[in-house]
Amino acid sequence: METLKFDLDTKPLREINQFLHGDADTLNGKKVVIENPNGAHSLAVGLKADVDVTIKGHSGYYAAGMNQLAKVTIEGSAGSGVGENMMSGVVHVKGFASNAAGATANGGLLIIDGDAGLRCGIALKGADIVIGGSVGSFSAFMAQAGNMVILGDAGEGLGDSIYEAKLFVRGKVKSLGADCEEKTMNAEDKQILADLLKKSGHANVSPDSFKQYGSARTLYHFHVDNAGAY
Amino acid sequence: MSDNNHKTPQTKPRFSATFDEYTNSEIRRAAATGIYDIRGAGSKRKLPHFDDLLFLGASVSRYPLEGYREKCGTDVVLGTRFAKKPIHLKTPVTIAGMSFGSLSGPAKESLGRGATAAGTSTTTGDGGMTQEERGHSKTLVYQYLPSRYGMNPDDLRKADAIELVIGQGAKPGGGGMLLGQKITKRVAKMRCLPEGIDQRSSCRHPDWTGPDDLEIKIAELREITDWEKPIYVKVGATRPYFDVALAVKAGADVIVLDGMQGGTAATQEVFIEHVGIPILAAIRPAVKALQDLGVYRNGKESVQLIVSGGIRNGADVAKAIALGADAVAIGTAALVALGDNDPHLEDEYQKLGTTAGAYDDWHEGKDPAGITTQDPELMKRVDPIKAGHRLANYIAVMTMEAQVVARACGKSHLHNLEPEDLVALTIEASAMAQVPLAGTNWIPGVSKF
Repeated sequence: METLKFDLDTKPLREINQFLHGDADTLNGKKVVIENPNGAHSLAVGLKADVDVTIKGHSGYYAAGMNQLAKVTIEGSAGSGVGENMMSGVVHVKGFASNAAGATANGGLLIIDGDAGLRCGIALKGADIVIGGSVGSFSAFMAQAGNMVILGDAGEGLGDSIYEAKLFVRGKVKSLGADCEEKTMNAEDKQILADLLKKSGHANVSPDSFKQYGSARTLYHFHVDNAGAY
Repeated sequence: MSDNNHKTPQTKPRFSATFDEYTNSEIRRAAATGIYDIRGAGSKRKLPHFDDLLFLGASVSRYPLEGYREKCGTDVVLGTRFAKKPIHLKTPVTIAGMSFGSLSGPAKESLGRGATAAGTSTTTGDGGMTQEERGHSKTLVYQYLPSRYGMNPDDLRKADAIELVIGQGAKPGGGGMLLGQKITKRVAKMRCLPEGIDQRSSCRHPDWTGPDDLEIKIAELREITDWEKPIYVKVGATRPYFDVALAVKAGADVIVLDGMQGGTAATQEVFIEHVGIPILAAIRPAVKALQDLGVYRNGKESVQLIVSGGIRNGADVAKAIALGADAVAIGTAALVALGDNDPHLEDEYQKLGTTAGAYDDWHEGKDPAGITTQDPELMKRVDPIKAGHRLANYIAVMTMEAQVVARACGKSHLHNLEPEDLVALTIEASAMAQVPLAGTNWIPGVSKF
């Protein structure tokens, strides 16, 4: 497979992103390596081809934002909003991820090997997120759809005002947010969890070691009796 | 001593100005239901507004232009600062962002048709872009909102400009709401929500928090769209000088400034009437921010200003432009042009407990005009071709009215109107618009009486 290398020390970000927005037929199946990212923002954003991009180091804000089809691997840590609003494809952070990782993501798979910061999976809209470590507070806030697998612990207010997303946590949850409750894991959910563990390199971890959380659906309609929760 | 032949004079029953009929009815409603009042539209109270300003017109010291004979330009270019493809419009009257969900599909199509016929732009809203709207809009601005409902990079690339919404005049600091009656199967699918629930839209963006982050977010949107599309930043009118300055610093091409008269699909009455400031008070500080940063009508470096909130006619358009705006946006007025609150539906408004002209329960989805509804039968009442034609007519009239005023002031383009063409009728309007009280040289806060 042909590998193209871009060095951010010598090539401007604009040129790299413009190349990655090229004709999908030309890009499909290509491997692209970005060297010396040095925390640059907006790396490999808006991709829409089946291209394999490796970022050799740390990325800044919004790496692989709005990703479609592509596989983007960050061989370091990622700044805020990694994989935000991704639609499909795979985004893999080998280090840690900062705040709002996978925010509003609609589809595809976001894998974070380390910990993720605050508001991971905020307003999740259908994507899958697997976090090898722990997540910060207010993660999965208003998460609408999709699945979030946390192998470590979760901070305060997990799943606050959650809609129909499914949360699987292996460690401790400091506190649940409004309208989020523990669920009984059925066979279908266990299969979803097992599949995500396998896809994210955690095939040896048993789904039975997780607890599942989701919406109690008590805040789906405005009601005066719920005033304290609004 | 009483005189049995005459009744003792009685004072007439006196209603309180503080506890007026409306106030008391709201107290009774709140006491009965235990929930705040939710409604659509913008502020309904009387506020200092463009009606409090007058144009001086030409006389000995100014030379007028001949109506219908001498040219008075109305075109506007938006997004010259960074975008490769700025927006070119024939008229400075644009259509404000209104969502599919709050509005019916045919209403959105009508807006697209009307705007296109008039040579202007229309704007999506919370919930994403519909095919009806994209297909019938030559120039479509795509709103990028905190909820990101329906946000899709393919649609982002299909748009002609991107409007990053931080707030709106009806509810600066508040998120949106769309009650269950309007979350139909199609709306629910677009927003990725369960059907029939009361939908909340967040008040803050999920992946950035302050002005420094905003700069990075705008840069991301530019990278995704290859720096082609103008990026607008929309703010509700609150602290316009600082908000505009920060948005410019963050890299906006265009600022959209929405006063408290600007409408909403639904929010709390208390929010609409008590948070934010009238558009009249917001324009001059916004322009001052652009001037201080060297981006006000400064060639390619310019950041354009669109103002909205209570724009109704060509006089309002001309006054907004004279105060410094490059363009205006209409929302409520556009809906009225489509047929909202039309007196011919009075019987049906009465059945809903209201009257034509006052109907604002847009969130309930029962709009007899078929505009603010998702009811498949009601929405059939909107004929997008006819309604679009009415909107195009209305925009054409507003544009011609603005030209009439501009020519009378001796201006060969609407953008040549200036604050010096205006005076104020009230001290409040004089202070807010920073133009002299009529017949004086006095501007409160600027000059001495």
